[in-house]
Amino acid sequence: MAEATHPVELTVNGIPHTLAVPARRLLADSLRHDLGLTGTHLGCEHGVCGACTVLLDGEPVRSCLLFTVTVDGQEVTTMEGCRAADGGLGPVQRAFRECHGLQCGFCTPGFVTTVTAYLRDNPDPTAEEAREAIGGNLCRCTGYQNIVASVQRAAEILRAEARRAPRGDDRARDERGGAEAKPAPRAEAS
Amino acid sequence: MKPPVFAYHRPASLDEALATLADLGGDAKVLAGGQSLVPVLNMRLAAPAALVDINKLAELSFVHTHDHLVRVGALARHARTERDEAAFAALPLLRQATRQVAHPTIRNRGTTVGSIVHADPAAEMPAVLLLCGGSVELASAVGDGQRGTASGRREVAAADFFLGPLDSDVRPGELAVAASFPVPTGRCGSAWLEVSRRAGDYALCGVGVLAALDADSRVRRLLAAYISVGPTPVLVDLTEAVAGQVFDAADLSSAAALAQARIEPDDDIHATADYRRHLAGVLTRRAAAEALARAGEA
Repeated sequence: MAEATHPVELTVNGIPHTLAVPARRLLADSLRHDLGLTGTHLGCEHGVCGACTVLLDGEPVRSCLLFTVTVDGQEVTTMEGCRAADGGLGPVQRAFRECHGLQCGFCTPGFVTTVTAYLRDNPDPTAEEAREAIGGNLCRCTGYQNIVASVQRAAEILRAEARRAPRGDDRARDERGGAEAKPAPRAEAS
Repeated sequence: MKPPVFAYHRPASLDEALATLADLGGDAKVLAGGQSLVPVLNMRLAAPAALVDINKLAELSFVHTHDHLVRVGALARHARTERDEAAFAALPLLRQATRQVAHPTIRNRGTTVGSIVHADPAAEMPAVLLLCGGSVELASAVGDGQRGTASGRREVAAADFFLGPLDSDVRPGELAVAASFPVPTGRCGSAWLEVSRRAGDYALCGVGVLAALDADSRVRRLLAAYISVGPTPVLVDLTEAVAGQVFDAADLSSAAALAQARIEPDDDIHATADYRRHLAGVLTRRAAAEALARAGEA
């Protein structure tokens, strides 16, 4: 007998979707299999490694520990949603590339989403604070030094962009929260 | 590593949730934050027939502070409890301990009350509730269904609530709707310290301390609660070791020795019983000193 499905409405990276999923479908699997957004990676599948971290209404959560049905009506931002408005690398992604904050790259989506939300609330972290911010994400390649450097570099890039962006517009976007609160470096001429 | 099949219920009101839980009885588990439940399902260590998802019960996502009581609703996430300024002003211990619960990402989803009901002996929130002399409010549907869903309520003191590892006094059909943390009065201070292998991991040993001073800055009361040293959180009254001593010259070695004599930690793959007892002593001295210093400033 086919497993019962439940209708779910989900906005992912600003695009609304209607899904019909079994209750036990994990959000990570909905993103990857139902929506084809394979930027979200599944490492441990029990909430330890942080690779599957996405933003739910703007706040980082483990997508392997959430059922899709539970987040019906909410907004999700994934690694793909952390891109720049022109489709190129977003500010946090650029910082990771510049600072060699990744090697194999498997853990990177979880870092990028986590750091994106963290820097929104903490725009100028010290190296120690940056290390604390990524404490819930495991990386087996880098030894974390370059990831800490990437967090601080991303903060620099974001601060530079905030100075160039019209302030009132920035604030309105922040207050709306959710997927729209991600940094959108419109003014960056790269 | 995928969860087993279960029937899914998402009540839109507390009455509906209680009616659903009454219908399902012992076959149902409540899904709140799911940060402990979903890993267990993913690893197929449990396979409940049904889940009752309370995430739409927005009326349970409160943190209220009044009349010397911080009352936390079943849907208040750890992050909400941690950031609530009124709760912090009344009971700093709540924030001190919540900051040690896993990682911020987990705290964004996991709930304070869920952690208490889950009753992991390594978890912080059960010990905080025990240390404060708090209680859990349990609601259930009563009556014959003909008269609607009038709800029954009972309140269980923390001292009676934790029955064993992952076992608390929630009966089939009941929903833990809130936990209440009494706020100590007078010149008080608190501290929470723990040692874990990596930041955010379960503690090898952790301790919360509540200190109270009299008008002459002498110790009136010193209470401690320990995690990861027994099947449930362990409350130890350290007052007899330091009563009447000036707060910044109290004999904390005696308090530590008293704590070490009262706990019965076990060996496991993470640490030996001896090492956990050692940690309990060290952490007692440090946390008591912090709590007493804060009380001295109060």
